[in-house]
Amino acid sequence: MKKLSVKQRQNLTGWAFLTPAVILLIVLNFMPLIQAFFLSLETGRGSNMEFTGFSNYVRMFRDPIFIQTIKTTLLYMVVTVPVMIVLGIVLAVLLNDPLLKLKGIYRTCIFLPAAVSLVASAIIFRSLFAMDGFVNAILLKMGVIRTSFNFLGHPDSAKVILIIMRIWRWVGYQMIFFLAGLQNIDDSLYEAARIDGATSFQCFRKITLPLLKPMILFTTVMCLNSALQVYDESVNLTGGGPGTTTMALAHYVYNTSFVNVPNFGYSCAMSMMILIFVAVMTFIQMKAGDTRE
Amino acid sequence: MKKRIMALFLSGILAASLLTGCGGTGSDTGTNQNEAADSETNDGSGEVSQNGDDSVAGTPNDAVDGSAAGSETLSVWCWDPAYNINALRIAEEIYQKDHPDFHLEIIETNAEDIATKMATATTSGEYGVLPDILLYDDATFQVNATSYPDVLLDLSDYGFNYDEFSPGKVGYSTIDGRHYGIPFDSGTVIACYRTDILEQAGYTIDDFTDITWSEWIEKAKVVLDKTGCPLLNGMSSYNQITVMLRSAGGSFFNENGEPDIASNEIVKSVVETYAQMVQAGVYTEETGWDTYIGGMNTGRIAGAMNGCWIMASIQAAEDQSGLWEITNIPKLDDVDSATNYSSQGGSSWAVTTKCANPELAVDFFKTTFGGSTELYDEILQTGAISTWLPAAESDKYAEPVAFYNNQPVFSLITTYSASVPECYVGVYFQNALSDVVNAITNVIYSGSDIESELQTAEETLIFEMEQK
Repeated sequence: MKKLSVKQRQNLTGWAFLTPAVILLIVLNFMPLIQAFFLSLETGRGSNMEFTGFSNYVRMFRDPIFIQTIKTTLLYMVVTVPVMIVLGIVLAVLLNDPLLKLKGIYRTCIFLPAAVSLVASAIIFRSLFAMDGFVNAILLKMGVIRTSFNFLGHPDSAKVILIIMRIWRWVGYQMIFFLAGLQNIDDSLYEAARIDGATSFQCFRKITLPLLKPMILFTTVMCLNSALQVYDESVNLTGGGPGTTTMALAHYVYNTSFVNVPNFGYSCAMSMMILIFVAVMTFIQMKAGDTRE
Repeated sequence: MKKRIMALFLSGILAASLLTGCGGTGSDTGTNQNEAADSETNDGSGEVSQNGDDSVAGTPNDAVDGSAAGSETLSVWCWDPAYNINALRIAEEIYQKDHPDFHLEIIETNAEDIATKMATATTSGEYGVLPDILLYDDATFQVNATSYPDVLLDLSDYGFNYDEFSPGKVGYSTIDGRHYGIPFDSGTVIACYRTDILEQAGYTIDDFTDITWSEWIEKAKVVLDKTGCPLLNGMSSYNQITVMLRSAGGSFFNENGEPDIASNEIVKSVVETYAQMVQAGVYTEETGWDTYIGGMNTGRIAGAMNGCWIMASIQAAEDQSGLWEITNIPKLDDVDSATNYSSQGGSSWAVTTKCANPELAVDFFKTTFGGSTELYDEILQTGAISTWLPAAESDKYAEPVAFYNNQPVFSLITTYSASVPECYVGVYFQNALSDVVNAITNVIYSGSDIESELQTAEETLIFEMEQK
C-alpha cells in the first residue's frame, strides 16, 4: 500500500468531515428539489396525477390569483427592502458611536425581534391592531378617530401593517451586519478626514458608505430573497385577507396544496418559479459582489 | 471580566428567546391543547397523544391496554378535546360495556393537519401512517374523498342505518350514491343575541325572529347607534357567506356541477347583503378565530351566527349566563327559495382502507353514534346536536337551558334542522368561496360593480377547475 502524502491525508480528513453534511444536504435538500421538479410536470387533483409536461408553467401566467400574489409580494419587496437597509445603516452608525453608553443593551433590544418566533410576533401585531387593541384605544383616546378602525380588515391598512411588522422584525438583523461592516473600517481614515476638516456627514458619505458597499450589497440581496419568500406574516397576521388581497406568493402555493382542491403539481411549479427568482437574485449577487478585479 | 458577564447575559437572552419562540409555535398546535385535553377529557383515561408517531406514548396503563386489546384497538384522528374527542370518549365507554377489550387510541390532530398528513401519506404511498378512523369537516369531505380516492372505505354495504339520519347531513359524505362517512354533529345555524344589549336599543329577541336581512340591517344599525356594538362578526367573511348562501338552498354550482356564480340570483343577493352589512358597520370582519370568539365573549359584539357548535364558545363566557337567547336567522330578500334556516360546519367520521377490522369500526358506530340516545344526551351540553333523528326524541332535548335564559335551545335547534334546505356542495366549494370572497372584497373596498366582480369570480373558478 502506498503511503499517502501529508497533503492527501489532510484532504481525506477534510472530506471525512464534509461527507455527513454533504449526504444530508443531498438527501434532505437536493433530492426533494429534484422530485419537486418532476412533480411540477404533472397535474391533477390530489393523488390522481398525470404527466402533462410544462402545462403548469403555462397555466401560471393565466392564473389571476397567482399574478395578484406576485404583485403583492413585489410590493412588499419594493417597500420593505430600502427601508430596512436605510434604517439598518442609520441604527448601526448610531450604535457604533464610541461615546455612546449601554450600547450592548440597545443592540440587544433592536436585535431581539429577529429572535422572536414569527407566529408570536404575528399574534402581538394582531392584538395591537385589533378592533379593541392598543392602537385603536390610543387613537380613540386622542380623538383621532371616533369609532374603532378595523386595521387588518381593510386591504390597504392590512398591507401597511404587514410591512411594518416585517420591518420591525428584520431591521435589527440587518443592523448586525452593518455593525460588523463598520467595525472593519479603520478609525485612522476618519481621523485623517477630520484633520482635513471633513464634517460628520461628509465622513459618512465619503468613507462609511463606500466601505460598507459590499455589506449593503449582501444585505440587499438577502432582503430581496427573504421578501420573495414571505409566508408566515401572510398566514398568521392577515390570513391573506381580506379576500386574497394581502396574500403572498408562498402562501398561495400552500393554499393550492392544502386549502383549496389540492393540485400538488401546480404548487410545485409555482415553488419552482420562486426558486428561479431566488436563483437569479443570488446570481446577480455573486456577480456584483465579486470583489476580485 | 465585564465582557464575559455581558456575553453570558446576551447568550442567555438569546437562548431564552429561542426557547420561548419554540414554545410559542408549539403551543399553537400542541402544548396548550394537550393540557386542555388532559384536563377536559376527565374520565381518567385521558390518553390523547399528540402526533401520529408516538401512538402508544400515553400512560403505562395505555401501553398495557394496547397490547392486551390487540385487534380491538382502533386509532382515530380528530381535533377538539372539549367536543369531538369528548364525544368519542363517551362513545368508547358505552361500547366497552359489551366489548370490554375495545379500545380507542385518539390522536389529536387539527382539521388542517389531517388534510396535510393525508396529502403526504397518499402521495408518498405511506398508507401505514393513516389511522383507522378520522373526522372530516363536512365542507371538505368531498374534496378529500375524491382527491385521495383509495383512502376512504366505501361503507355502503356494511349495513349502517343511514335512513335514521337527516338526509341533508348524509349528503355531505355521499359520493355517486355511495356512502363514505358516518354523520356526527349537526351544523344547523342559530342566531344568538345578547338580549341585554338588544334591550338598550329597545328590541327583544322576537324582533329578530322570522325577519329578512334588510329588516335585520335596519335594526342592527339602531343597535349600533344606541350601544356602539356591531351585531355580528366573522372570520374573513367565509362562514357568514356560506350560512347565507345555504339558507336559500344556494350553491356556487348548477346541478351538473358547473360553476354558476355570475348569473346566480342567490349569490348576488348574498354579496349585496353582505357588502351592506360591512359598510353599515353592523358586521365586523375578523382576521383570526381568537378575535372572532373574543368579540362575542368580551361583549364587543352583540351576537353570533354560526353552526350550533358555536354554543360551546359562547358559553365560555360564564358571566354572561342568562343574557343570551337564540332564534332563527334572517332570510335573503327577493329570493324565492329563501328560508330562515341554514347549516354550516358539521363533521362526519370516515373509516380508512387501512383499517384491518372495518366490521368492528362500523359496529362501534352503529352502537354509539347510530344507536345510543345515552351518548347524544351526554354530549348535548357541549353543543353537539345529533343528526341521528331518534336522539332528538329524548327528554334531554326539551330541557330549558339557564345560559340561554331558560330557552329549550336543543329542541329549538332540532326544529330548525328540519327546515334547512338541501344544497349542492361540490368538490370545488372552497375555491368558489374564496373567489366570491375576493369579489366581495373588491366590491366593499374598491367600490367595484357587483356584476362584473361576480363575472370575474366565475371565470377564475372555471380556470381553477380546468386544473391544466
